[in-house]
Amino acid sequence: MCSLYRNEKYGLITNKTETLKPMKKILIVDDEPNIVMSLEYTFKKKNFDVFIARDGGEALQIAEDIIPDVVLLDIMMPNVDGYETLRQIKNNEKLKNTKVVFLSAKNKAADIEKGLKLGADKYLTKPFSVKKLVSEINELIN
Amino acid sequence: MNNYLLISIIVAYLACLFLIAFWAEKNSKSKWVNNPYIYVLSLAVYCSAWTYYGSVGIASQSGISFLTIYLGPVISLPLWILVMRKIIRISKQHKISSIADFISLRYGNNRFLGALVTMICVFAIVPYISLQLKAISETFEIITDETSYVSTSVLDDSTFYIAVLLAVFVAFFGTQATDASQRRKGIMTTVAVESILKLTFFLIIGIYVTFFLFDGTTDIYQKASQMDNFKEITSFNGLEAGFNWLFTIMLSFFAIFLLPRQFHVAVVENDRERYLKKAIWVFPLYLLLFNVFVIFIAWGGNLTLTGDVNQDYYTLLLPLQNNNVVLAMLVFLGGFSAVISMVVVSTLALSTMVSNNLIIPYGFLDKFIKGNPEKNANYIKNIRRISIFSLIIIAYFFYVNFSYELSLFSIGLISFAVIAQLAPSFFIGLFWNRGSAKAAKIGMIIGVLVVSYTLILPFIVNVLTDSTSFVAYGLFGIALLKPYALFGIDFLSPEAHAFFWSMLLNTFSFLTFSLLSKGNYRERNYAEMFINSSNYTNLQEGAFVWKGEAYVSDIRNVLTRFLGEERTERALNLFNLKYKVSKEEEMADARLINFSEKLLTGSIGSASARILIGSVAKEQPVSLLEVLKILEESKETIATNKVLKEKSEELTRLTEQLKTANSELLKQDRLKDEFLDTVAHELKTPITSIKAASEVLTDGNDMPQGLRNQFLDNIVTDADRLARLIHNILDLEKLSGGREQLEIQHNQINNTIKKAVDGIYQMAHNKGVHVIHQNGYEIKARYDEDRMLQVLTNLLSNALKFTEPDTGIITIVAQEKKNAIQVAVEDNGKGVPKEDVLYVFDKFYQSKHQNIKKPMGSGLGLAISRKIIESHQGKIWVDKKYIKGARFVFTIPK
Repeated sequence: MCSLYRNEKYGLITNKTETLKPMKKILIVDDEPNIVMSLEYTFKKKNFDVFIARDGGEALQIAEDIIPDVVLLDIMMPNVDGYETLRQIKNNEKLKNTKVVFLSAKNKAADIEKGLKLGADKYLTKPFSVKKLVSEINELIN
Repeated sequence: MNNYLLISIIVAYLACLFLIAFWAEKNSKSKWVNNPYIYVLSLAVYCSAWTYYGSVGIASQSGISFLTIYLGPVISLPLWILVMRKIIRISKQHKISSIADFISLRYGNNRFLGALVTMICVFAIVPYISLQLKAISETFEIITDETSYVSTSVLDDSTFYIAVLLAVFVAFFGTQATDASQRRKGIMTTVAVESILKLTFFLIIGIYVTFFLFDGTTDIYQKASQMDNFKEITSFNGLEAGFNWLFTIMLSFFAIFLLPRQFHVAVVENDRERYLKKAIWVFPLYLLLFNVFVIFIAWGGNLTLTGDVNQDYYTLLLPLQNNNVVLAMLVFLGGFSAVISMVVVSTLALSTMVSNNLIIPYGFLDKFIKGNPEKNANYIKNIRRISIFSLIIIAYFFYVNFSYELSLFSIGLISFAVIAQLAPSFFIGLFWNRGSAKAAKIGMIIGVLVVSYTLILPFIVNVLTDSTSFVAYGLFGIALLKPYALFGIDFLSPEAHAFFWSMLLNTFSFLTFSLLSKGNYRERNYAEMFINSSNYTNLQEGAFVWKGEAYVSDIRNVLTRFLGEERTERALNLFNLKYKVSKEEEMADARLINFSEKLLTGSIGSASARILIGSVAKEQPVSLLEVLKILEESKETIATNKVLKEKSEELTRLTEQLKTANSELLKQDRLKDEFLDTVAHELKTPITSIKAASEVLTDGNDMPQGLRNQFLDNIVTDADRLARLIHNILDLEKLSGGREQLEIQHNQINNTIKKAVDGIYQMAHNKGVHVIHQNGYEIKARYDEDRMLQVLTNLLSNALKFTEPDTGIITIVAQEKKNAIQVAVEDNGKGVPKEDVLYVFDKFYQSKHQNIKKPMGSGLGLAISRKIIESHQGKIWVDKKYIKGARFVFTIPK
């Protein structure tokens, strides 16, 4: 079911480690396929169940469906942008435990403040360090 | 023709005039009532029955000398732009409602002078009006074929009833408003209509006589030239006649300014100064048309009508002789129109003068001070109405008792000669500030006395005593005092003779007494305001010099008596607003005194207005020197204020410019910020991708080879993207900054297109998209080929990007337009959404509807293309009408 949302390009990537712990679900929302690919690889390796969306609209549909533990959200996207997506996630009772991390090239103080005010749990600016991102996410969900 | 039929036609005609006047009053804003032609046609009130009938009479007896009466006005008209405009300006400024007001105001608002002018006008015009009535009566008799034209009793005389009807007409439409300086649109419109009618009917009879009774002008001329006195009536008769001509022309020159009816239509009824420009050519044309056939009708009459007939009425007798009653009727109505308009406007003007300059200032002021506003308004209107009726009735009785010995022409000239006595004080007073009230009075009185002695007395003596000894031997038998040949000047016609002597003595005494007596400060004040009227237009009330004590409340009381509470309040508010005077101000200043006098002038005349205001104000005399000083100072203040105002306007303008420049800078700044933001974002994306992929690779020793290659590929693509982006940004900046030097050369556009198509051919082929280039004839243009190639490639690759694989078709066509070449790139893709059409050329603009994966591109291609086209002075746009896909079009000049 989940594979429905997976980009065929990422078929190469498979989960190697299997544990008894239930896998954390992460939804990556970005319209840049190359960035998505790196993120997907990284989180799969860290034993996440990874889902991909290319814009806000798609992200909301998937989130509603899978109830992710964490959403990685770009801000500048076509159609529904990151802010709007966050607003809708926050308004959705089903997603009240979902953490949201903004991952954006917008690095002005005002942008960051706006993101946090809307209820984002973290705001990371692009370009980011993959390691740091992973540790921040882990911190957030454990 | 039947008596009663004619009377009913006359009544119907008058009813029409009433209706027209009524309509015009109702629609006083209409274009039909307010246009220069109404003004010009109302000037034609100059052409009275004298013109209509008298000219023919004169032409038949003494040849072309009838023309003098029209040459004067025609000569004067070019001067109107200068003189009449000045008169109109002064009159509007001071709310002048008649020539008596004008002259008396010029000489320090002199009550006696106003009354004198009024009396002279009445003296001159009433007989003239009675002559008009005589014309009605005589023509009536000719048309109805009655034998005796003097009726046995007044009540039998249809002329009497016509006179009364005219009085009713004037009284009704002439006294609608108490303010006599207001325009009477109803009356003026009927006068204009009548001017058209009288001219038309006169032309009809002229054409009838010339071309139907005779065989054209040559025919009449040949026949007439065989008559005995032909030479005499068509030639000039030497120097003496030359003087007659000169003086008669001068007489009519003055008359066109000074006749009360002319002053009324030309000055009081003038709505806009620019109407004068129309008047100076249309009015002479009108006079010319009126005179074209006079001489032919006169000759025709001389040739066909023999025996004892009145030559004045050839126009009626000729059609009647040929049994053409309808035509005679038209001629009669034309003459009737001429009479009505003359009588109506003359009585209107005279009645205003009589009431405002004679009756009110000399008797009714006390009554006004006690009365309430409504009563006062009624008093004023009634005084005018009674004046109107009295004038017409007096004219009627004058006609019954006196006038049947004289022709229209001679009474007309007497009237002109009397009116001309106003000329020295009127004209010289307009340009010479020394002219004084005393001199004006003396000049006028002497002038009128001379005219009376040389022109009127002989006539009266002749009528009363039937003896010619006075004319033949002079007063007391002294030859030098012969009325028609004073001091031995015996070669002039009586009228020219009277004009010569009266004008000489009048002007002489005016100048002498003006130089001898200085006149008081008030005279000097008004003289300055009149002569330098253009300087004082801006000063307005400020040009009036007055010193003394007066309370605003007293003045308010006086005004209220005439204008009523509401109008007074409104006027005073306006005054306070205009001069920034506080409402609480208790003492009146010169400006308020002048303002209030002007307010009253229209209703009761300038003299009465001054007396009334003077009755509540304690005026102190001002020395002449002081008047001049104050005037000079006010002028300077105005000049300084003007400079200050100009400066302040300039400052405001500069501030405005600065504001615009500033906001433009701010906007540019904001756009730059936005651009930088977007650039940063666009640059960060590939960097983020490269960085992430590198980290993943560094960490991923266990990564399968295939995946590793994939990541490495991504790094290369993103590095390329980064490089392309940087290149485009720099390119765009270069084009925007104007630092790019275009290498413009003669090129052939289809060659360039072919190069561009070749460039993308492989890519298109791979996607299965057809690219069609209709390579027709040679189209030459001047452009930078590399840059053009860049634009074309961009448009083509955009099209390629948005068309479907395998079914896509791209067409590129170049066309030659008038001064430009046009290139269009069409595709059958999904097209540009309507709301994006205007923005696709913006930097980094991305459609909201672009929900597929971002097409590879920098987001700057179209922005760069636009810059390139614009730097070729061309235009690029999306064709909104094209619905099969997208159509990008650009043009560049050849």
